[in-house]
Amino acid sequence: MKRSLSTATQIGAEPSTRSRWIILGIVGAIFAIPILSSLHFTFSAGLGGGYTLDHWTGLFAPDASRTYRNLFTGIGNSLVLAVVTVVIMLVILLPTMILVQLQFPRLRRTLEFICIIPITVPAIVLVVGLAPVYSVVVKVFGGSVWTLAFAYGITVLPYAYRAIQSNLDSVDVITLSEAARSLGAGWLSTVWNALLPNLRRGILAASFIAVAVVLGEFTIASLLNRKNLQTALLEVSQSDPYVAVIFSLLALGLAFFLLLLIGRLGSTDRKRSSS
Amino acid sequence: MTVATAPEPFPSGAEVQPRRHPGSEPATRPRRSLLKYLGLTPFALYVVLFLGIPTALAVFTGFLTEEGQFTVANILGMFDPLVLRTFASSFWISAVTAVVGAVVGALVCYAMLGTRSEGTLRTVIDSASSVLAQFGGVMLAFAFVATIGSQGLVTVLLKDTFNVNIFENGIWLYQVPGLLLPYIYFQVPLMIITFMPALQGLKVQWAEANATLGGSRFTYWTRIAAPVLAPSFFGSLLLLFANSFSSYATAAALISQGAQIVPLQIRGALISETVLGRENMAGALALGMIVVMVVVMWGYSVLQSRTSRWQR
Repeated sequence: MKRSLSTATQIGAEPSTRSRWIILGIVGAIFAIPILSSLHFTFSAGLGGGYTLDHWTGLFAPDASRTYRNLFTGIGNSLVLAVVTVVIMLVILLPTMILVQLQFPRLRRTLEFICIIPITVPAIVLVVGLAPVYSVVVKVFGGSVWTLAFAYGITVLPYAYRAIQSNLDSVDVITLSEAARSLGAGWLSTVWNALLPNLRRGILAASFIAVAVVLGEFTIASLLNRKNLQTALLEVSQSDPYVAVIFSLLALGLAFFLLLLIGRLGSTDRKRSSS
Repeated sequence: MTVATAPEPFPSGAEVQPRRHPGSEPATRPRRSLLKYLGLTPFALYVVLFLGIPTALAVFTGFLTEEGQFTVANILGMFDPLVLRTFASSFWISAVTAVVGAVVGALVCYAMLGTRSEGTLRTVIDSASSVLAQFGGVMLAFAFVATIGSQGLVTVLLKDTFNVNIFENGIWLYQVPGLLLPYIYFQVPLMIITFMPALQGLKVQWAEANATLGGSRFTYWTRIAAPVLAPSFFGSLLLLFANSFSSYATAAALISQGAQIVPLQIRGALISETVLGRENMAGALALGMIVVMVVVMWGYSVLQSRTSRWQR
């Protein structure tokens, strides 16, 4: 970012530093309340009042891995599903979107329509029809938990599409690819060296959302009787609400740092100048 | 899959760049264009298998009796006053949370304008938003029970310090109004994620041009930024509406008894083992839900088609 911030602020394109921090401060403080309350809950000693560390130290008891085995299985399953879903998105959705943008501009509306269908068909509706489909999937791929990612790839579509498409819209991919090709680049090189670097913001955002959607998915897993993080959490909350909240917080923290890491990795490639 | 022919002009007439001279283009080769279409098949196949077929199966059951015969009885069951009331509840909670989420989210996006997109602030907010927007579900229900449950931190604090009992008229957290705060909690981050790229598409040059021509900050935002952003903003607003209309996990975890909103009613119909034929009622409810969503999404798609013309 080479441009002077103060100039942009002066002409009104950007907020001043003070108004920025006032807005972010107020919204941030409000959004911190439920998280802090949850944290507070994990230290409270029940209705009698007072504080205790017991709920946390219980996690490190020698038999914890046995007591909370279901929870650990759920976490592992959800992480696998997140990775497979992002791979499905990058291998199936992204190339199609670039291809349509470059070669089939008339199909853009069709693709968009397809990609927002999963919003009009909520997970709880989809799951009714998914049950028979999955009886076939299990025959072909076996009953491993990763196969659930096929369904998750669909639930992720609208969000991934929007993230990538906003980026595609703000970058002139046609001119970019024509420029790259007129300089002698093949199609692979055009996509890899000219298009993908410009689409990085959208791809990253899409991956962020995909991971978050999968880690938070409850409906499909619970109604198809698969074990993932969320179904395991609800299960454990009925017997031990403290542990459920502790693991909610840990899971939120884990997902946050996971996404932060992805964001950081993306930003260390190189510094781009302002577009 | 090289670009063998000049790309089609956009239907919206956004053709601005001069194209290369037609004479310099190689003739279209049939094999290339065949290959081009082949590139679309993986996506098409995937969508048919995991979206088309399940949707058709789910909606189809609404027209079947338990014995598999055609009937419209399930569909007519939708006009039961109880079911209609459920739809109304779903409507207002979605509308309220979408509007609040969109306005607050857009405000946060504005506040982030001018910060480096790879800077710490943006990466932290992006990550936090992604987590909260779709990670919530069951865990948000836990968090809000800890906050404004009957023994929640805020509830107790308000009662002890300010003598305000937020549950004076009964505990509403486990009713439809109790969904408002948790829903807003995931709507705002979703708005930040979906609206930020559009806001960032505003070019500083436009503000500079505005300033050069003597426009004020107010002129810039009302005459330039607002029209450019409007389709994207309302598109995101509709997306938020759809998001909360179809949201299930938070409600399922908070409201264990009854079926006050449509997704919970579908759950009830799906898992009910006492009333025969309820499974097909779920299909009918699903169809009703899809009809609402199709209307909303049609609006969204109309708005989106107006977005791209400004962004080239």
